[in-house]
Amino acid sequence: MYDVIIIGAGVAGAASARELSRYKVKACVLEKEEDVCCGTSKANSAIVHAGYDAAEGSLMAKLNVLGNKMMPQLAKDLDFAFIQNGSLVVCTDPETRPGLEALYERGVKNGVEGLRIIERDELVEMEPNISDSAVAALYAPTAGIVCPFNLNIALAENANVNGVEFRFNTKVTGFEKIEGGWKVKTDNGDYETKVVVNAAGVYADELHNMVSDKEMKIVPRRGDYCLLDKSAGKHVSKTIFALPTKYGKGILVAPTVHGNLLVGPTAIDIEDKEGTATTRAGLDEAITKCANTVKNVPLRQVITSFAGLRAHEASHEFHIGELEEAPGFVDCAGIESPGLTSSPAIGVMVADIVKGILNPEENPDFVGTRKGVLNPENLSLEERNALIKENPAYGNIICRCEMVTEGEILDAIHRPLGAKSLDGVKRRTRAGMGRCQAGFCSPRTMEILSRELNLDMREITKSGGESRIAVGTNKDSI
Amino acid sequence: MKAYDIVIVGGGPAGLAAAVSAKNSGVDSILILERDKELGGILNQCIHNGFGLHTFKEELTGPEYAARFIAQVKELGIEYKLHTMVMDISHEKVVTAMNREDGMFQIQAKAVILAMGCRERARGALNIPGYRPAGIFSAGTAQRLVNREGYLPGREVVILGSGDIGLIMARRMTFEGAKVKVVAELMPYSGGLKRNIVQCLDDYGIPLKLSHTVVDIRGKERVTGVTIAQVDSKGKPIPGTEEDYDCDTLLLSCGLIPENELSREAGVEMSPVTSGPIVNESLETNIEGVFACGNVLHVHDLVDFVSEEAGAAGKNAAAYVKGERKEAAGQVIKMNPIEGVRYTVPSTIRPDQMEDKLTVRFRVGGVYKNCYISVYFDDERVIHRKRPVVAPGEMEEIKLEKAKLLTYPDLKTITVKIEEA
Repeated sequence: MYDVIIIGAGVAGAASARELSRYKVKACVLEKEEDVCCGTSKANSAIVHAGYDAAEGSLMAKLNVLGNKMMPQLAKDLDFAFIQNGSLVVCTDPETRPGLEALYERGVKNGVEGLRIIERDELVEMEPNISDSAVAALYAPTAGIVCPFNLNIALAENANVNGVEFRFNTKVTGFEKIEGGWKVKTDNGDYETKVVVNAAGVYADELHNMVSDKEMKIVPRRGDYCLLDKSAGKHVSKTIFALPTKYGKGILVAPTVHGNLLVGPTAIDIEDKEGTATTRAGLDEAITKCANTVKNVPLRQVITSFAGLRAHEASHEFHIGELEEAPGFVDCAGIESPGLTSSPAIGVMVADIVKGILNPEENPDFVGTRKGVLNPENLSLEERNALIKENPAYGNIICRCEMVTEGEILDAIHRPLGAKSLDGVKRRTRAGMGRCQAGFCSPRTMEILSRELNLDMREITKSGGESRIAVGTNKDSI
Repeated sequence: MKAYDIVIVGGGPAGLAAAVSAKNSGVDSILILERDKELGGILNQCIHNGFGLHTFKEELTGPEYAARFIAQVKELGIEYKLHTMVMDISHEKVVTAMNREDGMFQIQAKAVILAMGCRERARGALNIPGYRPAGIFSAGTAQRLVNREGYLPGREVVILGSGDIGLIMARRMTFEGAKVKVVAELMPYSGGLKRNIVQCLDDYGIPLKLSHTVVDIRGKERVTGVTIAQVDSKGKPIPGTEEDYDCDTLLLSCGLIPENELSREAGVEMSPVTSGPIVNESLETNIEGVFACGNVLHVHDLVDFVSEEAGAAGKNAAAYVKGERKEAAGQVIKMNPIEGVRYTVPSTIRPDQMEDKLTVRFRVGGVYKNCYISVYFDDERVIHRKRPVVAPGEMEEIKLEKAKLLTYPDLKTITVKIEEA
């Protein structure tokens, strides 16, 4: 019997797992996909919000501000990309300026540090490409940008190294109350556990409703994004939000930690919890509306577009806690924006709740740091050449757009919870994430995966399941 | 730091021809840097025939065509490094490269020839909405999987874009046992060569739908179908014209983009029309001693013309290295592509620096029937060549003679345009 089973290997589940690994608990994460970071956590704005948005006194506000404060140290400890670039909420209509003041007030009450309203002159100096109609902005220096994949992957890897098991391709189908805990039924066998943590993202309501009569409803709220080439990455330096107007929330324009430019998201409530298809209307909206705050966005430089689903619960609040009606069942639900920002604090909160139930001892062997996939670009020429001499794979470029070497790909495959698919390699190393979108490197990465995992080329997938790349061999049907 | 007279970035058809030409022009210190495991570039996966009709007066496959130039490179003892990625080219012509054996190393070049080729426009750049499943390939990626690795990327195929690689792959996929259901082309004309439409689509009964595009991609893990729709004159899908196709594969052949990240970093001035460097009659960029040729300069249809252009670049680079160039007297003629002509290569001509005959290559922006290609020296029309049809998919050229240009000492602008009959 497990002490804890965490359902979902997204950022909330991974953060909870990592925090729980500080204690002597037998823990396991169940994930329906083939890898960590396959749902909401992989397709979002990658923003570390300052914390002025959430309602004063809400759990969301508290965990946002706390998560924001934890992020810089966590990024150092777990070696993932994070830049505190600051954000601007831009007001383009003098009539809506009171909204800016209200955000400022709320931010101060939420405990956000360094907030300042800046006037147009300073704004233009900060961001020369700001819209001509911008009148003022709320500047939040504590806001940042993060690599959402490697935040999630780092948390999971660190949890795994500290003893948490992970089961992929394992979808939870039901629960049964048993003596001293729960039987978790899956399409891949049953698991018994004392405590269940429901961190199932857009599916958290379905799991919740299996054990509770207090019905929860999570609506997948789709956001369409366009990602622009690195040549456009310096168009803005800070994350640019639009001050919400009567026409809606607006589209953000943000640099990414890897030097691209991100434009989006839309907000469209849908039914399908796997509905990550972009639509013409959605992409057009992102493309059109970004001009409200930033001028001359070089939209010809779009290299890809994608959609993510926010796990939106009607009250727009995080629901984190043990269910009274189902003891030992802990919800970690409604984790929509600022969920990524809050994840470090969510992990601590979930771990504290579980600790309260199980009363575990501390794990004396816990190691709180982790090294990410080595990026040779961060080395000096001498260090780099020493590395290549020791391991020539670091001299072999596989992805030419992002200059990713074979050494990095091998590292991504062979590390704890290593990559098993093209997307797994991509999220860990960026191979295939550049301007040619894997056109050049995917056959090479497939060869490496095939060789290293001892799989036939036809078994290599884009992202697990039926997402095979090669369906057969030449003339095999003739 | 090692030093070479000429460093050639890329060992594809352009790099090979430039190397051979530079060597034959008397430069011995030449190094080709190639990122792949062999010389020849994209030709190695182009196993169909049709290469070399102009250069060798016979029909070769891509690998055969490449082999002829590789043989010359080896015979001439030209140095090359494989598996070697150029990471940076500085304004001062210091080339930084990397491979497994040498690590990261730098070379001081007297001249650099850019011959990096091009890449395919990916799905993301086309802004096609829908899911992002496996089964969406650029035509060249599929070509590599089939022709070099022997793997079939799909069994039921829809192709978007009628570029030459897409057309060639329609036939190849058919040969290998796949069913190609339709080729959709956004424009009202094909982007590929006429002969490829006949030999790769018509001969196999594959329909080509002009003024059509993909408006939706279905399938969460692997493609299960796509929807195509007719587009209006502005390229916008027309509601009500949607047609669903069940398929497991979408191939994209929607244009090629010269791969100029290194050139840009070096400070080479680029043309927004070709996405390649702006060059003069010597195929020299704004950086003295940095030359460009082949698909990195502008996308070609036929490798024969790549070889020819690269030969000129190699010869010019050799002249530069050997200090044989005459001092330019100052007359710089601007090429002025207008009225149907999208661009010209070169962009400027210095008559005293040009060869006796100079080929100016260009593309048109639409299909014109029974038209004239006209060339004006300032206001005087000097060429008026009748053409039954010109199309964006087929590169055009005019030849300028040095002797003639020298009789126009005050000439400022050469205008190239399409005149309708």
